[in-house]
Amino acid sequence: MVENRPWLTAFSHGVLILGVLAVAFPLYVTFIASTLTLEQIMQVPMQLTPGDQFVENYSQVLTAGSTKGSKAAASSMLFNSLVMALVIPLGKMAISVISAFAIVYFRFPLRMFFFWMIFVTLMLPVEVRIIPTFKVIADLGLLNTYAGLTVPLIASATATFLFRQFFMTIPDELAEAARVDGASPMRFFWDVLLPLSKTTMAALFVIQFIYGWNQYLWPLLITTDESMYTTVIGIKRMIVGSDSANEWNLIMATAILAMLPPALVVMLMQKWFVKGLVETEK
Amino acid sequence: MAAVSLRDVRKSYTPELQVIHGVSMEIKDGEFIVILGPSGCGKSTLLRMVAGLETITAGEIAIGGRVVNQLEPKDRDIAMVFQNYALYPHMSVYDNMAYGLRIRGLAKDEIDTRVQKAAGILELKKFLDRKPRALSGGQRQRVAMGRAIVREPKVFLFDEPLSNLDAKLRVQMRGELQALHRRLGTTSLFVTHDQVEAMTLAQRMIVMNAGRAEQIGAPLEVYARPATTFVAGFIGSPPMNLIPKDGRLLGVRPEHLEPCAASEALLTIDVDLIEPLGADIIVYGRIGDGESARVAARLPADAKAQAGKLAVRYAPQNAHWFDPGTGKRIEQ
Repeated sequence: MVENRPWLTAFSHGVLILGVLAVAFPLYVTFIASTLTLEQIMQVPMQLTPGDQFVENYSQVLTAGSTKGSKAAASSMLFNSLVMALVIPLGKMAISVISAFAIVYFRFPLRMFFFWMIFVTLMLPVEVRIIPTFKVIADLGLLNTYAGLTVPLIASATATFLFRQFFMTIPDELAEAARVDGASPMRFFWDVLLPLSKTTMAALFVIQFIYGWNQYLWPLLITTDESMYTTVIGIKRMIVGSDSANEWNLIMATAILAMLPPALVVMLMQKWFVKGLVETEK
Repeated sequence: MAAVSLRDVRKSYTPELQVIHGVSMEIKDGEFIVILGPSGCGKSTLLRMVAGLETITAGEIAIGGRVVNQLEPKDRDIAMVFQNYALYPHMSVYDNMAYGLRIRGLAKDEIDTRVQKAAGILELKKFLDRKPRALSGGQRQRVAMGRAIVREPKVFLFDEPLSNLDAKLRVQMRGELQALHRRLGTTSLFVTHDQVEAMTLAQRMIVMNAGRAEQIGAPLEVYARPATTFVAGFIGSPPMNLIPKDGRLLGVRPEHLEPCAASEALLTIDVDLIEPLGADIIVYGRIGDGESARVAARLPADAKAQAGKLAVRYAPQNAHWFDPGTGKRIEQ
């Protein structure tokens, strides 16, 4: 659109700036709070310029955790979150790319039935099946383990469905050409399908990394041992009671640490991510 | 190189839905065969059955004397060129051509020799490092052919390989295909719906309609003596005129109708459409005596074409007769 209306331009910029402020200001306050002492935070109004406690606060949470609430160090919590945020997308992709391959390229009895079985699980996210899943994980002795944290979240239809849709856009002739070339189905999978799925995988990785990183309810239920806390849970566990009883400076530092990795993943993989959602290399 | 035999080949998807109704043909070693027919006549299905991409419901297909009904495509020693080329988008031109050879476990320098040779024949040497995406339609077409050539198969199978090209390129590729066949002498099956491709490329052709082979023969023979009304109406542009006469169908090609004096007229056309093409003029109209058959006549460029009655005649040897019930040719 080509328009020249100065007032409209000024107005729309104003709206956009307000929107940015609404999102950015809380983040800014979080960061400022993470550089102050607890006493400074408790003052009303709280100062809005960075304090001098940056190094102290961050080294405190990274090595020792809070003194009042959870004693888990942020470094171990970040590691746990990272494991969760990596195992979930990688596990999901490994399983769903293979099942999508089976559903799209092989004719077997009850093929559509199995597809719909997988599809129906979309209606059953963790929150819905949380009690039976907890029971199963508890009976298997997987509480406070990485397997317990990740396995129930790996099984999902979203990724399978995404890969299925992508595979269906690949012309049949490509599979036939590979057959004439003498490629076995698995060879076709490795040499043709996987390279073509790269961008789809990248997009899926970004989405699922954030999904895994931000998991709250599930880790909250099955981690009771401080060494297994994920960052998001750690923040919750650091909040122990009334407003003044909490070490807000340390909590805010942990919150900043919790926000960084997803932001980094999105920024670094943005190019691939957009590519995977909008175009296919065909 | 090898001969290919089709023996009463049939294909049905369900017992009621039969798409190929028994096609038989002996293809000689090194022959270039074109399978011609309108869309949905089963020509691609037939080719895919030879390739091994479709199962054979009944009958037998033999390549080089070996029945291949139960063999996988890779074991049939064929190479196929697809309509949309089906190049691997993420591989370079070189890798596209080398892929099948690598799977076969050929030595690296043997692969390189073959790819370089094919690239030389097809003038692709400059493009070996490019991805298919960076090539034009004609170049992609050549890569698809290159992929077939490097295999050195017994039979080439072409599934409408030229139909995605523009008209000019199609004519050029047609010529290259002919030259390639002369050079390699490999038995080839070529599916098309384009009669010009069929006429120019084929040594023999199969005209198919609704899953049946209507006629098998050399292009000029098929043109001169169509076996059925379908073949008469499908080949030639405009196709043969079919006029009901004395309980039979009279077939005359438009170019065999010549204007004449009203007294000598065998037919009178009520002309209502004139198409000057430069080299000649085609006039269309109904037969004068009220019958509804539409007729086309190809007149020389200098003829004075105008709407209204046009008296035409034809030489008796150019008249074909068909049975209106079965559509079969009636030999005189």
